[in-house]
Amino acid sequence: MTAIDDLFAKLRASGKKAFMPFVTAGDPNMAFTSKVITRLQELGCSMAEVGFPYSDPIADGPVIQASYTRALGNKLKLQQIFDQIQTDKANWSMPLVAMVSYAIIHRQGPESFIMAAKQAGFCGAIVPDLLVEESPKMSSLCRKHDFNLIQLVTPTTPPDRALRIAEASSGFLYFVSVTGITGERTQLPEGLVDRVGWLKARTSLPICIGFGISTPEHVRLLAPVSDGLIVGSAIVRCLESASSSEEQALQNAGQLVSSLLAALET
Amino acid sequence: MSTIDSSLPKMVEPQSSASMQVPDASGRFGDFGGRYVPETLTRALDELVVEYQKARNDPDFQAELDELLHRFVGRPSPLYHAKRLSGLIGGAQIWLKREDLNHTGAHKINNTLGQALLTLRMKKTRVIAETGAGQHGVASATACAHFGLPCVVYMGAEDVRRQKPNVFSMRLMGAEVRPVESGSKTLRDAVNEAMRDWMSSVEHTHYIIGSVIGPHPFPQMVRDFQSVIGKECREQCLSSIGRLPDAIVACVGGGSNAAGMFYPFIQDTSVRLIGVEAGGRGAQSGEHASPLTFGSPGVLHGSYSYVMQDDDGQTSDVHSISAGLDYPGVGPEHSYWKDTHRVEYTSCRDDEALGAFDLLARNEGILTALETCHALAKAAEIAKTMSRDEHLVICLSGRGDKDAAELARLRGQQW
Repeated sequence: MTAIDDLFAKLRASGKKAFMPFVTAGDPNMAFTSKVITRLQELGCSMAEVGFPYSDPIADGPVIQASYTRALGNKLKLQQIFDQIQTDKANWSMPLVAMVSYAIIHRQGPESFIMAAKQAGFCGAIVPDLLVEESPKMSSLCRKHDFNLIQLVTPTTPPDRALRIAEASSGFLYFVSVTGITGERTQLPEGLVDRVGWLKARTSLPICIGFGISTPEHVRLLAPVSDGLIVGSAIVRCLESASSSEEQALQNAGQLVSSLLAALET
Repeated sequence: MSTIDSSLPKMVEPQSSASMQVPDASGRFGDFGGRYVPETLTRALDELVVEYQKARNDPDFQAELDELLHRFVGRPSPLYHAKRLSGLIGGAQIWLKREDLNHTGAHKINNTLGQALLTLRMKKTRVIAETGAGQHGVASATACAHFGLPCVVYMGAEDVRRQKPNVFSMRLMGAEVRPVESGSKTLRDAVNEAMRDWMSSVEHTHYIIGSVIGPHPFPQMVRDFQSVIGKECREQCLSSIGRLPDAIVACVGGGSNAAGMFYPFIQDTSVRLIGVEAGGRGAQSGEHASPLTFGSPGVLHGSYSYVMQDDDGQTSDVHSISAGLDYPGVGPEHSYWKDTHRVEYTSCRDDEALGAFDLLARNEGILTALETCHALAKAAEIAKTMSRDEHLVICLSGRGDKDAAELARLRGQQW
């Protein structure tokens, strides 16, 4: 059992949903990332997803890509992410999940990466470019270290494959709402609620929906059918101005997150 | 790195275990290859595997492609005995496989016509492509104009600048060229941007990848379409020389012309195969684009292969004078050939490539693409160490007209 498993057990028992913001590590520096995580927890978020900047992200839209470029432009190294999270983790009771490309994991060696991430304070990882076919080795290492490997299902995933992915996933299942890259959308695709509902009836694993979610309307639409919602680009965009004013950036992100959390409660 | 002749052992009795029966069903060439992409692309890649296998076994598909390659592209491309150059170098007899004489001026058209035919078979209605030197962009624009498909080409802004004639050609044929301003503004960023487009458009769009890179089945499929080079060359050697050549040299960026040339010779172990990467300004990281020579295995653009990366797994910046070789990764089959010792890989500096441009221009009357000049320069060194009754083939992958303006700029001359 990881902290993520505990979290969803508690949420389900009380009929609540998870709200999971995404924040880019090191944009513009790790000290600020820590402050953001602290603020997100104070606001009542259930969990945070920490994006590990990667030089060639193909699943990410312009907002997150630009945040990765800024962080790497400031010479962010993997070890700095681990060090800062480890230093500050005592301040947070909510679980942290790493969103990290397999290119980075492979370079460290999967087991070394898992051990380092776990020691730093991460409970699991979302690896957007590791397909279920390529994941058995990583999966078994994650099981060995009681670390969640959260897999993704998308609108282009055929139903039988979605069930296979759910089977291989742990912690929760990441349901990608759109056929496309990360980034805010004004409209979410038709049939999304039905597709999530279909899968939810067939797996006991919690299902969280992400990609494109940015407004209270989205939250109200999707919360009932899922176990949680993930919001990334909309928050990262609020934090873009951090290098000129950290307080302003935190305030902007805080306002957005509060409005989304309020929608989750209703 | 400029003295390849002394540093490379001559493989008289190569002990290579390289197989032609690769990749396996999961797209692996030994350890290399595979599929490291977001789940969103899986269904399209699976469909492509199925459709490509069907097409391979369909005589009508092969016949249609062969007819196009013959009457539209002008194949077979000649195998030309460069006697004057051979005499000047004073070693092996040098033969040029003239892919530069293909319609659109490079080998890239062999692949784009095949993939455009597949696009139609899959009933997809839009094509996207990435390009570095612009040769693959032009070949994609050409195939799309031929079949009436809309085409969007992603090209790094730096490459748009240094390969203007190709940008203009693409637009003349109705393609939309989208300059990519992110990262190093070169081929790698163009691939990223094309992948992102495909993430959103995958249901109706086919991505014609221009090299033997990317997720399975692209490395295999592009190699197969380019293998027409090696198959023709093998027959031409047998009829013109009366036997197989002693050595074959090709340049390697992503590695499509080299893969297409080498693959039909993989089991002819008497033939030395030499791939030449871009050595740029020198051996320090950031100064070259030679992942097989200086890199390490890692994941980039959907497959596991040699790549230039830092300790964290971030892709490193690379440099080459030629836009087509200015790429931090390489096709997974080349990594497999390197590790099985079937192909020797070396690298050639910018200045050596520029020298080779003049060598062929002035002594044979052929303007060669800067990419191909890397193979020329190393081939000249290797030929020198061989005897006059030995034969060396160079894959002359592209023509040099596109580089005229950039050459003039580099030399401070008027264009």
